[in-house]
Amino acid sequence: MSIEVRNISKTFGNYTALKSVSLRIDGGELIALLGPSGSGKTTLLRIIAGLERPDDSDAAVLFDDEDVTWREVGERQVGFVFQHYALFRHMTVFENVAFGLRVRPRSRRPSKAQIREKVRELLRLVQLESLEHRYPTQLSGGQRQRVALARALAVEPRILLLDEPFGALDAKVRQELRRWLRRLHEEIHVTTVFVTHDQEEALEVADRIVVMNEGKIEQIGTPDQVFHQPANEFVMKFLGQVNLFHGRVEGGRGIFGSLVLDSGGQELADARAARLLVRPHELDLLPSPNGRPSVKVKVTRIQAAGPVVRVELADERGQQLQAELTHAQRRELNLTVGDIVHVSPRDARIFVDDYSI
Amino acid sequence: MTISTTIDRPAARFRQIRVERLVRRLLQIALVVLALLFLTAFLIVPLVAVFYEALRDGVGAYLESLQEPDAWAAIKLTLLVASIAVPLNLMFGVVASWAIAKFEFVGKSVLTTLIDLPFAVSPVISGLIYVLLFGLHGWFGPWLIEHNIQIIFAVPGIVLATMFVTFPFVARELIPLMAAQGTEEEQAAISLGASGWKTFWLVTLPNIKWGLLYGVILCNARAMGEFGAVSVVSGHIRGQTNTMPLHVEVLYNEYNFVAAFAVGSLLALLALVTLAAKSFIEWNQRRSRTSHETITGEGQ
Repeated sequence: MSIEVRNISKTFGNYTALKSVSLRIDGGELIALLGPSGSGKTTLLRIIAGLERPDDSDAAVLFDDEDVTWREVGERQVGFVFQHYALFRHMTVFENVAFGLRVRPRSRRPSKAQIREKVRELLRLVQLESLEHRYPTQLSGGQRQRVALARALAVEPRILLLDEPFGALDAKVRQELRRWLRRLHEEIHVTTVFVTHDQEEALEVADRIVVMNEGKIEQIGTPDQVFHQPANEFVMKFLGQVNLFHGRVEGGRGIFGSLVLDSGGQELADARAARLLVRPHELDLLPSPNGRPSVKVKVTRIQAAGPVVRVELADERGQQLQAELTHAQRRELNLTVGDIVHVSPRDARIFVDDYSI
Repeated sequence: MTISTTIDRPAARFRQIRVERLVRRLLQIALVVLALLFLTAFLIVPLVAVFYEALRDGVGAYLESLQEPDAWAAIKLTLLVASIAVPLNLMFGVVASWAIAKFEFVGKSVLTTLIDLPFAVSPVISGLIYVLLFGLHGWFGPWLIEHNIQIIFAVPGIVLATMFVTFPFVARELIPLMAAQGTEEEQAAISLGASGWKTFWLVTLPNIKWGLLYGVILCNARAMGEFGAVSVVSGHIRGQTNTMPLHVEVLYNEYNFVAAFAVGSLLALLALVTLAAKSFIEWNQRRSRTSHETITGEGQ
């Protein structure tokens, strides 16, 4: 089932959560709404679910091109998993999962045996068969999360919506659940939208990522696209660490202190204020400049525990930089704290303020 | 203790700790004794006195004074009033706290304040309001007489006054409870296709049932024991509009002490039962909260 939202705006009192957002999600996709807190991502999810109403009358929410904007949440056939799970605390795991089937009007309600079978099947799917008599408070965070998911799936939703699904879990459980959600999605293939503020989570799980900021969509793309071809400075900064250089653009070249860069592929108009953004792994460390544009820096810290070596650097003005090397590269350079080296961006993006001359 | 006669530092420190501990212990005992004395003087002695006075002439006289027609009428009236006022306040309390705890609307704080009004107003004034509204010379008095409806000095007035005085109990109990529970479970139920009515019965009500029962018990105790407001509107017609508390006063003023204390002992018993029920509910709430929290095994 595809989802389309058009011109969605939403204000809460003085606070604007969404500013005329439009988005199309294809059937069977797994989409991440990614953004910092206050970016409007949860509000958008709740509007898709029908838990909130958009402000304007020209706003529309369509499921498979069918207008559901003014339809109640219960009629939309969506499975919604709440951030804190919202499990019914006085019901067992079994009763929680069975709830959506048991509250159906008598004419559409499956028989007791059918409900039992369906619930058992779902509990098997989320690997919780042995815990059906437990109460929510007797479960761990990860188990509660999966009960919430099974409960949402019981009503055979056309769309699955998850609000910060891994937000309240510890790092290790999170990792496992992420992969598990990915596999589950491949198995049941229902259109899924989840909200997250964790870029790693979005990059790992989603087919496509919708990056949001201050109530607007900044970029929509595959994890690869948003990471390697960020549409703007915000997306680049939000999707990983960056090194920032301030400078200007003159005659099609970026001038950032001693770093002078050709525009590369970028069309650059002259600007008084420009920023150069380089990811830590795109920064080369050189013993000598070798004719490449570079900045002289001092190594202040080396953190070698992990798959890559993280190096902290400081330039002559004390500005902090970060670089990532392989262990082999570090051995080759024979790098130690206090060394003076030259850093040169291998790949870089220059952003210019729109309002600058 | 140590055998050495020299005063070494650790030993001195040890003695000091012992003295401090002793002082703390004595202070504890003193406070407990003080509290017990206070309770005895103001609660236990009067309670015992009620039963003592009631049984002064033996069990026979006690039972006889309860079977006396006017006393029996007072008991029945009290039960009738409570059986009308408590269910109505139960409904009102649930509806009001549902609205206040789960929704945002204009005038919410005004409603919250209004719910507390009966606690702030003297019960006598509460009764007087109804006399001013429905009494012979009240706003609606002439209209009521024309239509031959009697509210003041009759059962409806007593019920109204009792309801007014007791309506905060259920709501006061539920509002903080419901506010703390939030609305996520209800939203989850609705998103799963449950109607508003089913959501209330299957999700909201089970979550508040102990708090609700607690509120109802307190409400009932007050409804049966209310004196001031009821006294103003009742008219003290023996055998007709005297509730138990009013009847106690009448008997006492007639120097019929045994009968007065006999009826009074029933109210005292009600208080004891209420306290027992309240403790039981609190115990049950604690138990259900802790028993769910024995987490076993992490099955990731």
